[in-house]
Amino acid sequence: MSPDDPKKPDPTSEQGGTEDGSKEKVTTGGDPAPGLAEAPGDAVDTRGPELPPPHPSRRGMFGVDGSGDTSGYGRLVVRDTNPIRGGSTPRPWHDELERLGDDVSAALSDAGLSDDVFEKVVVDRGQITFFVKRDRLPEVARVFRDDAALRFEMCMGVNGVHYPEETGRELHACYQLLSITHNRRVNLEVACPDGDPHIPSIVSTYPSVNWHERETYDFFGIIFDGHPSLTRIEMPDDWPGHPQRKDYPLGGIPVEYKGATIPPPDERRAYN
Amino acid sequence: MSHNDVTFTPTGADTDDPYAGVRETTEGPVYTVTGQDWSDVVDAAVAGQERIVVNMGPQHPSTHGVLRIILELDGETVTEARCGVGYLHTGIEKNLEYRNWTQGVTFVTRMDYLSPFFNEAAYVLGVEKLLGITDEIPERANVIRVMMMELNRISSHLVAIATGGMEMGALTVMTNGFRERELTLDLFELISGLRMNSAYFRPGGVAQDLPPGAVESVREYLRWMWDHIGEYEDLCNENPIFKGRTVDIGYLDLAGCMALGITGPVLRSTGLPWDIRKTQPYCGYETYDFEVPTRDNADSYDRFRIRVDEIKESLKIVEQCLDRLEPGPVMVADKKIAWPAQLAIGSDGMGNSLDHIRHIMGESMEALIHHFKLVTEGFRVPAGQVYVPVESPRGELGAHVVSEGGTRPWRVHFRDPSFNNLQAVAAMCEGGMIADVIVAIASIDPVMGGCDR
Repeated sequence: MSPDDPKKPDPTSEQGGTEDGSKEKVTTGGDPAPGLAEAPGDAVDTRGPELPPPHPSRRGMFGVDGSGDTSGYGRLVVRDTNPIRGGSTPRPWHDELERLGDDVSAALSDAGLSDDVFEKVVVDRGQITFFVKRDRLPEVARVFRDDAALRFEMCMGVNGVHYPEETGRELHACYQLLSITHNRRVNLEVACPDGDPHIPSIVSTYPSVNWHERETYDFFGIIFDGHPSLTRIEMPDDWPGHPQRKDYPLGGIPVEYKGATIPPPDERRAYN
Repeated sequence: MSHNDVTFTPTGADTDDPYAGVRETTEGPVYTVTGQDWSDVVDAAVAGQERIVVNMGPQHPSTHGVLRIILELDGETVTEARCGVGYLHTGIEKNLEYRNWTQGVTFVTRMDYLSPFFNEAAYVLGVEKLLGITDEIPERANVIRVMMMELNRISSHLVAIATGGMEMGALTVMTNGFRERELTLDLFELISGLRMNSAYFRPGGVAQDLPPGAVESVREYLRWMWDHIGEYEDLCNENPIFKGRTVDIGYLDLAGCMALGITGPVLRSTGLPWDIRKTQPYCGYETYDFEVPTRDNADSYDRFRIRVDEIKESLKIVEQCLDRLEPGPVMVADKKIAWPAQLAIGSDGMGNSLDHIRHIMGESMEALIHHFKLVTEGFRVPAGQVYVPVESPRGELGAHVVSEGGTRPWRVHFRDPSFNNLQAVAAMCEGGMIADVIVAIASIDPVMGGCDR
């Protein structure tokens, strides 16, 4: 159960692959885990509109390999429709976000910056997320806080998300900003690679993220450069590993009840 | 000095340590630690080098659960105050990633254990937003949700007032507060089956409809509350001792609240009427008639008064909920999302209704498959992420829900107001008296279950 145990399989890759390669060929062999960069569609779907790229790890329908399933569902290719991996959402967005987008552009040019501080801007389910280049985060946060048309006085928190399949940008930090003056919200998101998990701290702009950055460091190992005292906050100081990462096992023991054994939660069948 | 290096190292028979005497027993050496020599402390104080660091908690009864406060004292004045949290971290967010979306409710309800319905609400609103069914939630389900949340706000504020009073020695406030809270929890038990941790809200609606007699019970409760809520005001509002302990204590102005991200009664005690129920409504709050109480002295006394006023506003909202309860479904119509069980009381307690079992076992193979698939596998949620805030009794409770398209959450993070608001302890307590630390923290009303998750 040690988090550093290299033998412990990655729970995410576990869903896609199996150690028994021969059986996998029988049931799900049609689509060997494609990379993100792979061009969408290939030869399969030249007729219709372009499909999103295949999902890097999810395949089949029942989340199980090697079961002797001959239904064909195991060959289904799951498409990667997560909007955060696509490009920018093309404008026009709906009115309110259009105004916000214009305000942001104006504020950035007032501050001597331009829209190239963003990797992309994603509008999804009515919420807007600015993907900020990580070295530009402090100045962008400062503009979002100080510009009169934006005035995002409060940063509600930081949250990490781990996407192990996004090579080069595995760790994401999401910031939720709130403007009381204009009664609106935006999300900022910054990605950093697993091998270089550094993101500049914005505690000097938003003192409220002090604990939130500590929490994100604690759970994901993202190092917020410039934080006044980046220490663990939830886990004990000497804890090995960062528990919310996907390669960190949940742990648990099988439970026996009336003769049947129920495996621990992270070893049960997943339908992802 | 010699006692600096005295640790629990085995000592020889000739060692005569005045601070950690040792005697041999059959179970090994037993040390009796008696602390430092008082004359050393006095000498240091005379030399002006006194620096006392006191650990308040994590088991101090008046720190609201397992909160540890590290105080640096000069006499009785607090020169530095720091919080240590994490003693109640239970890994709920990690566990959610290994359960299906419906099961998640059972976990999140245990985070902030004084306001379980708000945790559930933030989570299910997030899941519903990801599913795109926010507008399809039946009216009756929304009304029940609002009613349960407001009852929960009352019970949570009652605990805040009760424990806050107890910590100042106002024991009658405590006994009264818990008396009324019990009545509220009785309603929860009647409606959801459990006093706490109900898992009553589900993605798509609520777990089951109101039982017979629930409306009458709530009305009776409202009558009782309107009769007794005045007792708190009579006991405290003009009580000189109470005011002496709370007025101007734990001061935090608007700029401080903004910088530290403080929301809830603490923010409203600065005079800013910021309440997400009004400003960014959800669950139909924009259709209810209620006020957002504010006061403008930004101290512990104002926060107490605001909580009492909010209880009254919540009572008004619950009344309106009862008036607009129309018969109808309490779960979304989409059978691919709605939990398939139809619950009923049987001879062995609550369970699937016999009609439902007869239907899936005897009449329709498709219904059986459908039931089986939805219960074992769960529904899939389209990939994406949303951040959904609700106004919990303590402030903004936000759920950041991330889906990768599967039957399990990819990541769920709760922005808990207790976690955030505890950052204000240093600003509120430094420079004050050590006794005021208790009052200031009680006015923040942190719940460590929510803070540590």
